[in-house]
Amino acid sequence: MKYAAALIALTCIMSAAVVQAQEAQVSLKSPHYSFDRQTLIRGAKLFVDRCLTCHTLKYLRYSRVGEDLGLSKAQVKNMLMAPANAEYHAGMINTMRPGDATKWLGAAPPDLTLEARYRGTDWIYTYLKSFYVDSSRPSGWNNHVFPHVAMPDVLAMLGGERDRQGKLIKQGSLNQEQFDQVVADLTAWLQYTSDPSKIQRMSLGPWVIGFLVTLSILTYLLKRVYWRAVH
Amino acid sequence: MKGLTDWINDRLPFRELAREHLTEYYAPKNFNIWYVFGSLALLVLVIQIVSGYFLLIHYQPNEDAAFDSVQTIMFDVKWGWVLRYTHTTGASMFFIVVYLHMFRGLMYGSYRKPRELLWIIGFIIYLTLMAEAYLGYVLPFGNMSFWGGKVITSIIEAVPYVGDWLGSLARGGFGIGTPTLNRFMGMHVVLVPLVLIALVAVHVLALHKVGSNNPDGIEIKEHPGPDGKPLDGIPFHPFYTVKDIFGTCVFLTAFCAIVLYAPTMNGLFIELANYTPANPLKTPPDITPAWYLAPFYAMLRSVPNKLGGIGALGLAVILPFFLPWLDRNPVKSVRYRPVYLGMLAVLVISVFVLGWIGMQPASPALLLPGRIFLGLYLLFFLTLPVVSHFEPTKQVPQRVNMS
Repeated sequence: MKYAAALIALTCIMSAAVVQAQEAQVSLKSPHYSFDRQTLIRGAKLFVDRCLTCHTLKYLRYSRVGEDLGLSKAQVKNMLMAPANAEYHAGMINTMRPGDATKWLGAAPPDLTLEARYRGTDWIYTYLKSFYVDSSRPSGWNNHVFPHVAMPDVLAMLGGERDRQGKLIKQGSLNQEQFDQVVADLTAWLQYTSDPSKIQRMSLGPWVIGFLVTLSILTYLLKRVYWRAVH
Repeated sequence: MKGLTDWINDRLPFRELAREHLTEYYAPKNFNIWYVFGSLALLVLVIQIVSGYFLLIHYQPNEDAAFDSVQTIMFDVKWGWVLRYTHTTGASMFFIVVYLHMFRGLMYGSYRKPRELLWIIGFIIYLTLMAEAYLGYVLPFGNMSFWGGKVITSIIEAVPYVGDWLGSLARGGFGIGTPTLNRFMGMHVVLVPLVLIALVAVHVLALHKVGSNNPDGIEIKEHPGPDGKPLDGIPFHPFYTVKDIFGTCVFLTAFCAIVLYAPTMNGLFIELANYTPANPLKTPPDITPAWYLAPFYAMLRSVPNKLGGIGALGLAVILPFFLPWLDRNPVKSVRYRPVYLGMLAVLVISVFVLGWIGMQPASPALLLPGRIFLGLYLLFFLTLPVVSHFEPTKQVPQRVNMS
């Protein structure tokens, strides 16, 4: 055991030294939100209003969202089923045809169901807050995190317009704190869509772990009883 | 009930098997925590077979459907996420458990005579496991699956003369697609697991023939009592079964905590770059392997010449097979071999650093460290015959220590 501990310690020191040599990347900011029902419902509404026109969530069914967020079928229909072709038991797709999107925007908007896993929540949060006005781009927008992205700043009406240096050039309808909250809600929603099992996992977790810890204690006591004969 | 068991036992050797391998298999009484990982590896094998079977029901080995079928498991199949996260966590836990098991063998000299064959079979199991893991990694057909599949099958192409033919044979054509998924699934689900199960059975048989080593590295069979049973041995059942059940519960607690609270382990157990479908036109910025293959990937990359890299990799994989004969010291356990302890420390550090390098984007700055630690890894094996011949050792006790 002693040797093992010494080995592990040595390895940690070595790895730390190598890690130090690496340079820091573009710094991403972390959103602040609590992963709960209210946050997710706010995020879902925002997504349907601002994003679903172009981006799909094809793996996630409306019915599943209703189940997970405790919404009735009627509530889901009123709140979330905005696209004309939306079906309760189908995935969250939109009316836009991929060909049209490429024609209008220059690139087809990706499906975002798994985006939070693929890019990370910090990336999404920072990306949505990193748009700036750039007249050289076809959309009139550019982004610090994703340079030359085809997507315009769809949240500019809320957060305002900024120049390249980050100076606010046109006030939005929300102040900074409110806007950060909106983007955080959206991020939370995309975290949910990338892995809806999280809700189930969190509620099962304490029971499963509690059971196994109890079982570990009991089996340890059992082992002690048997091993009295050896010692 | 008694009549039935007697009836069966008269016709099948269950009673004899149970005696030979459990109730009258004598194991040293001084096993410590390091001796739990063999049983745990067997447990993970069962977990993988069961969870894999249920995943197979829903999986589609088709380039247009594979990725979506995995998402169907995650989003639509009832408890599908339990199946997939159990399988992905199981893959990494398999390697953690096997690495700890191998490290235990290195520490206490479990590879030494009379356990040479046991070690060799174990190492073949480890290599087979790497193949199994790689094949499974390609199946979800995310973009990393695609490019990982491309990189590894292109390594085969470096074989002189028949390389191109072998590469096409492995992929089922020139590119990675449905034929690749079909044959990878066949190997991942049927062929390799059958080989694994057979090897594990032989590994256990070999162990029970020669008996277990122990942390002191001395043979308990050399000190039999008047009844012929080793004085320092205890029957595997009930003593080690009850101990391993406790170990299993602790292990399952950790396992379930990962499945429930951190299934991707921050990208280590499930690579996040694989959350986008396979795209032959979109090369990922960095193609990095899963953590358990990373040390070997680093070795491969640290030699810029393709054939040279494969040569270095081959050497790194072949040398451990000769370990039982490379080590010439009569003392087995690291407890009584301070010099060997130092060498082992260098080996473990080299593997860790190589693993870290293997997971970094390819960069010229990491070329030299990669070569140094590859060199240190190889030197462990190459210097052992000389060092083990001259190294000073501590006094080895006659009988095992209970600590």
